[in-house]
Amino acid sequence: MIDVLEEQETGIKLDSKAPEGPLAEKWAKHKFNLKLVNPANKRKYEVIVVGTGLAGASAAAALGELGYNVKAFCFQDSPRRAHSIAAQGGINAAKNYQNDGDSVFRLFYDTIKGGDYRARESNVHRLAEVSVNIIDQCVAQGVPFAREYGGALANRSFGGSQVSRTFYARGQTGQQLLLGAYSALSRQVANGKVKLFPRTEMLDLVIEGGKARGIITRNLVTGKIESHSAHAVLLCTGGYGNVFYLSTNAMGSNVTAAWRAHKKGALMANPCFTQIHPTCIPVKGKYQSKLTLMSESLRNDGRVWVPKTEEIAERVRKGEIKAKDIKEEDRDYFLERRYPSFGNLVPRDVASRNAKNVCDEGRGVAASGLAVYLDFADAIKRDSKKVIEAKYGNLFEMYEKIVDEDPYETPMKIYPAVHYTMGGLWVDYNLMTNVPGLYALGEANFSDHGANRLGASALMQGLADGYFVIPYTLGDYLATIGPADKIPTTHPAFKDAEQTVNDTISRMLSIKGDKTAEEFHRQLGHIMWEYCGMARNAEGLTKAKKLIQELRKEFWTNLRLTGSDMELNPALEQASRVADFIELGELMVDDALNRNESCGGHFREEFSTEDGEAKRDDEHYTYVAAWEYKGPNQPEKLHKEMLKFETVKLTQRSYK
Amino acid sequence: MNIALKVWRQKNSQTPGKMVDYKLSDVSPDMSFLEMFDVLNEELSHKGEEPVAFDHDCREGICGMCSMYINGRPHGPETGTTTCQLHMRSFNDGDTIVVEPWRARAFPVIKDLVVDREAFDRIIQAGGYVSVNTGSAPDANDILIPREIADEAMDAAQCIGCGACVAACKNASAMLFTAAKVSQLAVLPQGHAEHQLRAERMVAQMDAEGFGACSFTGACSVECPKSISLDHIARLNREYLGAKLASNNV
Repeated sequence: MIDVLEEQETGIKLDSKAPEGPLAEKWAKHKFNLKLVNPANKRKYEVIVVGTGLAGASAAAALGELGYNVKAFCFQDSPRRAHSIAAQGGINAAKNYQNDGDSVFRLFYDTIKGGDYRARESNVHRLAEVSVNIIDQCVAQGVPFAREYGGALANRSFGGSQVSRTFYARGQTGQQLLLGAYSALSRQVANGKVKLFPRTEMLDLVIEGGKARGIITRNLVTGKIESHSAHAVLLCTGGYGNVFYLSTNAMGSNVTAAWRAHKKGALMANPCFTQIHPTCIPVKGKYQSKLTLMSESLRNDGRVWVPKTEEIAERVRKGEIKAKDIKEEDRDYFLERRYPSFGNLVPRDVASRNAKNVCDEGRGVAASGLAVYLDFADAIKRDSKKVIEAKYGNLFEMYEKIVDEDPYETPMKIYPAVHYTMGGLWVDYNLMTNVPGLYALGEANFSDHGANRLGASALMQGLADGYFVIPYTLGDYLATIGPADKIPTTHPAFKDAEQTVNDTISRMLSIKGDKTAEEFHRQLGHIMWEYCGMARNAEGLTKAKKLIQELRKEFWTNLRLTGSDMELNPALEQASRVADFIELGELMVDDALNRNESCGGHFREEFSTEDGEAKRDDEHYTYVAAWEYKGPNQPEKLHKEMLKFETVKLTQRSYK
Repeated sequence: MNIALKVWRQKNSQTPGKMVDYKLSDVSPDMSFLEMFDVLNEELSHKGEEPVAFDHDCREGICGMCSMYINGRPHGPETGTTTCQLHMRSFNDGDTIVVEPWRARAFPVIKDLVVDREAFDRIIQAGGYVSVNTGSAPDANDILIPREIADEAMDAAQCIGCGACVAACKNASAMLFTAAKVSQLAVLPQGHAEHQLRAERMVAQMDAEGFGACSFTGACSVECPKSISLDHIARLNREYLGAKLASNNV
């Protein structure tokens, strides 16, 4: 009852638009019910796509192919560099080429369960359905997936699943898929249907008459602030993992586009759901700028362990003994021991938490004590070095370059690191936010992964949204509004937004304080990791909220910036992103405090089972927490989308 | 470690640039080369000087954004390594390191170490794709591709588009970059239908952008962070010749 009243008060009603009917028929039925734009009319519409990763590039290409006029924006110097390129391990699809019992329903089920029952059934089932089309499409583009000798596609296994459904291109699957989407995008650029705006960053969303009308951008080379008008705006801007400063994200990955849309009215959903990836290269020094992921696929063959006792671990940390000096009976293969049926292939949240626990017990290795071993000795003995090299050669090389140790000879040292954010802008079944005409695709939305994402499904979701969902659902909106429903960039709504952007930049440049954006970012990251990271509790979160508020105040009074706004100024870009990360950080803490349960990547220490597993509270928290911005220094308002499970039964997740 | 740096500073494309000397102390051998630049930039900011602009993003050697010409070599002294994966342990205490941007007519300097590489995008737009619309693909396993062909395609497809090949070449030729894409798609059945037109169009665009002719020195492949083989240039030449003999397209 209270929720209904709240909705009336603010005018926001969360309608997931999930179609009625049996789960497996929802998408087909929905596609038929969506309005179409006839081919001759498509050229009368303009669509803005922000971000050119898997979601953005595939959406821009697919919409261009249909005949829409697309403007694609990215802050990098080329669309080919978006951070999707760094994904290593693979992409899931329910092809069942291995005859091992896979199906669309099983992929759906694994994803819902892997997400700890905090995702929408309808969206996840659609994702599993279109997964098979993605592989077909990518192969047709010339993506060189790994093959068997007979020429058929090869598969590998990934965490959280007991079938082999992951397609891969060595350890560079994200690169190859992105280059495939980039090639399709380039073809549309050549056809004149897509116009590219590289080195251009979105700094505001323009809303007029309740609809998204366009964006304000900054040309990063000239500093010029510009307006772009369109019938619809698609945010394909990735995740916000860099709120933690150290993460596996690229240095430029940021929340700015999504956050500015949020401040204009788009709801931010489940922001506290962040994924800590178990297999990353541990932190080494205070100068460290980013963390490097070692693909989860390594857990197919690598065995995770630490010494059985603190004493032995202590000797390792002091450098007195090495991994190979530790006898078999003195090793604790803790994942295999605790989870005999999934072993080293438990989902990421489980693997990460267990690694943290053994390190907290004082059994961590590396000088910092914050690392566990990932050991390939048995796999090399079983399959030969050559086989392991063929599977993971480039990853082993990368590890050796960074750490200066040969993983063929000595086990890798790994530790969890921030990797992916399941939270994001709230979207309905059509991927539209609560702002008409504003869509969010890929990691930028919240929709498919619940509280934890399974490996090899981020690539799947980005491409599903871009190639196979938005081309259908966008037409429905455009057909409804008609081609005339667009405003020119001379409209006061654009001019006002430009002014706000200019004012914010001038304000930052005029502070002339002592602390660089980099220093603020590091400090924020430290707070977030300490209190809103792998394990959270009410006391720590309350403390974090205060620290972040203080940091925000200091940022706006003590920021140090050099150079001007009318030139390439990377420090200014960073400052503008850090300002948004600080605000987002506070909302993440609020969201984590609100959710008095543990689920997936959100682990509240107060809510755990006796053996330390996450304890959900389905009675009170089976909802999407969607937050509404209420103005500076005002608490955000919570809206709840209750999750209805018609097909799966909610159970305690078990990988034992 | 103590390091001396000579870094190219250039305000913008209209202003002449010059080498500027910097000194850094307490450099850790475990730092990446770009982290060393982060430290330099923080020092400069605190002194009220403008930080050195350089391109970088993923810092794990795959996005192709970083692009420094270090001691006369693209991406520095290590083989098969991007600048972001280069670590200070590759240098000695007391070294002087010279850092310049890519030098090529087709890659104009934007600022300091940042250059404009959009010419590469335009080469891909000229034909670096298979013309297939979304939704029209047959089942993935309907196209069987022998493993060695898939591997050959993958070897070429690894190109990260960083431009080291151009920077390494005394003619600033983009042959290795162009060849990598032409070759990847030429060996695959999916790319076969357009293989001749693709080679012609991409080479024509490469020439139009102002890249030089192949120098036949092989420096590109040596300096390529993905060690892309010269075989692909040989295949490009075959494709191009075959196309020119057979068609009047471009």
